[in-house]
Amino acid sequence: MYKLVPSICSYCGTGCGVLFEVLDHRILGTLPLKTHPVNEGRLCLKGWSLHEYVESDMRLTGPYLRINGRLHQVTWERAIGFAARRLTEIVDRYGPDSVGVLASAKISNEENYLLQKFARAVVGTNNVDHCARL
Amino acid sequence: MTNSIAEIEDSACIFVIGSNTTACHPLVARRIFRAKEKGAALLVADPRRIQLSLFAHVAVQQRVGSDVALLNGLMHLILKNGWEDREYIAERTEGFEEVEELLADYPPDRVAAITGVAPQDLARMAELYATRKPAAILYTMGITQHTTGVDNVKAICNLAMLTGNVGFASAGVNPLRGQNNVQGACDMGGLPNVFPGYQAVNVPENNAKFSQAWGRPLSDKPGLTIMEMVKAMEEGRLKALYVVGENPKLSDPDMNHLRHAMKNLELLIVQDLFLSETAQGADVVFAAASTAEKEGTVTNTERRCLRFYQAIEPLGDCLPDWEIICRLATAMGYPMHYTGPEEIFREITRLTPSYAGMSYERLGLTGLQWPCPTPEHPGTPFLHRDRFTRGRGKFHPVSYLDPAELPDEEYPYFLTTGRMFAHYHTGTMTRVSPHLDREQPTGYVEIHPDDAARLGIAEGETVAVASPRGRLEAPARICRTVRPGNLFLPIHFGENPTNVLTSAEALDPLAKIPEFKVSKARLEKVQPS
Repeated sequence: MYKLVPSICSYCGTGCGVLFEVLDHRILGTLPLKTHPVNEGRLCLKGWSLHEYVESDMRLTGPYLRINGRLHQVTWERAIGFAARRLTEIVDRYGPDSVGVLASAKISNEENYLLQKFARAVVGTNNVDHCARL
Repeated sequence: MTNSIAEIEDSACIFVIGSNTTACHPLVARRIFRAKEKGAALLVADPRRIQLSLFAHVAVQQRVGSDVALLNGLMHLILKNGWEDREYIAERTEGFEEVEELLADYPPDRVAAITGVAPQDLARMAELYATRKPAAILYTMGITQHTTGVDNVKAICNLAMLTGNVGFASAGVNPLRGQNNVQGACDMGGLPNVFPGYQAVNVPENNAKFSQAWGRPLSDKPGLTIMEMVKAMEEGRLKALYVVGENPKLSDPDMNHLRHAMKNLELLIVQDLFLSETAQGADVVFAAASTAEKEGTVTNTERRCLRFYQAIEPLGDCLPDWEIICRLATAMGYPMHYTGPEEIFREITRLTPSYAGMSYERLGLTGLQWPCPTPEHPGTPFLHRDRFTRGRGKFHPVSYLDPAELPDEEYPYFLTTGRMFAHYHTGTMTRVSPHLDREQPTGYVEIHPDDAARLGIAEGETVAVASPRGRLEAPARICRTVRPGNLFLPIHFGENPTNVLTSAEALDPLAKIPEFKVSKARLEKVQPS
């Protein structure tokens, strides 16, 4: 099955509209969105190549945990459980301001919102920043 | 941006300062070229002779870190010739007298001595900018990544207000945001001092509102910025760090310093698409799904909130970032359950006044620009119409200050850093992309032919660049893009990481942004072993 799925380019703050070409659940290409108010059907070199990183061999395919000094692929349950337990221990021992959270210019609004909510409501700290300065 | 991207093409004058627009924001550059075709004047000020300089009516190469002097020099000439907009200044601004007094100290000969810009070029720039309305200023990190970053921005705002160029279509002050959702990350409260919508954490009403919405009493003490977190790690005060979609080992200003500080952490959690330099040192790595594998919204540089849709299923065992955060929060005893990003977005709109009128249905394919306070509001293409958000636009007197480092006998070069057209930030995404990697597979250092000749350096030869922080090797690229005595390094390449050279000490006192754009450095031939 072939479909075109609207998305937004990840490669700068301009926010060009793109269409991902998808065939049988695999991503094949990137096309410019003609009706988009920002790019009006044009893209730059980075935009045309947007799909290429998605299915890269270099992508992580599951969570990892450091065991005896080495990273090993583990289940989500184990990775989340470990992180939650250690974070809770550190908050209990040193207080919430001993934890820092770095949000991201590469994740969505919804995810940034949840991440700062996590820092503020779950951990209890305002130590949340991101890389706007870098 | 105070304007929209599309408005740029109807500007009568475009002043680009500290932005390599064709390389870093090509689809914004397209609007600049369209404006020029329609008769606009194009002014470019950049320490490097960038592609856009070749198309400009006036292009100057100010010395790195001399922007305040350049901008004050332009304003000096505007006042001297009576090109300022007195009516606008009187009706819409305050604090002008103080700035007027200060500008008397920036005559062209002094400005030329600081910046290296010829007085006749300065005069032509001042005349074109002041007499062609509407005029738009575009800038990026060439302006902000300085110890005087905030001063630079204030000087830009002074220049725009002096000529009545804020608050109209196609006339304004336009920082082009570098990363895809850096605007959204700020809007959503990814900052230590504000909740979503820039509502300060230490204002009691805001704190009460969010404490109630989230069902927990919240801290009203502003948190640490990224640079302060590094210091806190070093001093052992920060014990755990949760990094999402960032690669600070390559993007932070002093790699060796950061690596050392991170050793003090008891827990490092990294959430990313790739095993980045930072993830390699983590205790736990959460594998995140890419944009193509989930839905959500991002907000671009013109404040336009845009939807993206899920194209394919998450790779392998990856999860969308929002789901990972929910699982972690739930495991820590704070149940976070959402049916999907749309439900999270509804919560955002309830708590964030500038997004209050938005919904997934309204955003559609073209999005909405904030402020969008009600469901009927059409969104806001440009800011400060009729009045400034704060009431009157405030002039801030800013004086030129030297950068934190100037070349000396041991380190005789100015080193500046930046980006190139084929790659994005620390290269984690673009360098695994075959077509982009082919454009530029390695790092390089730009050297002026005069300097290369003096040291006997050939094109492509490996050279060493050293600063008081460290040293790296990279192939030489001999070109006239840089001025003599200047070196340029792109930031995308982990094998020659610019942040072994840049300083974590030189920060803007207010914005805490590192001075990536100015370091002192030494250039050496590498003797074959």
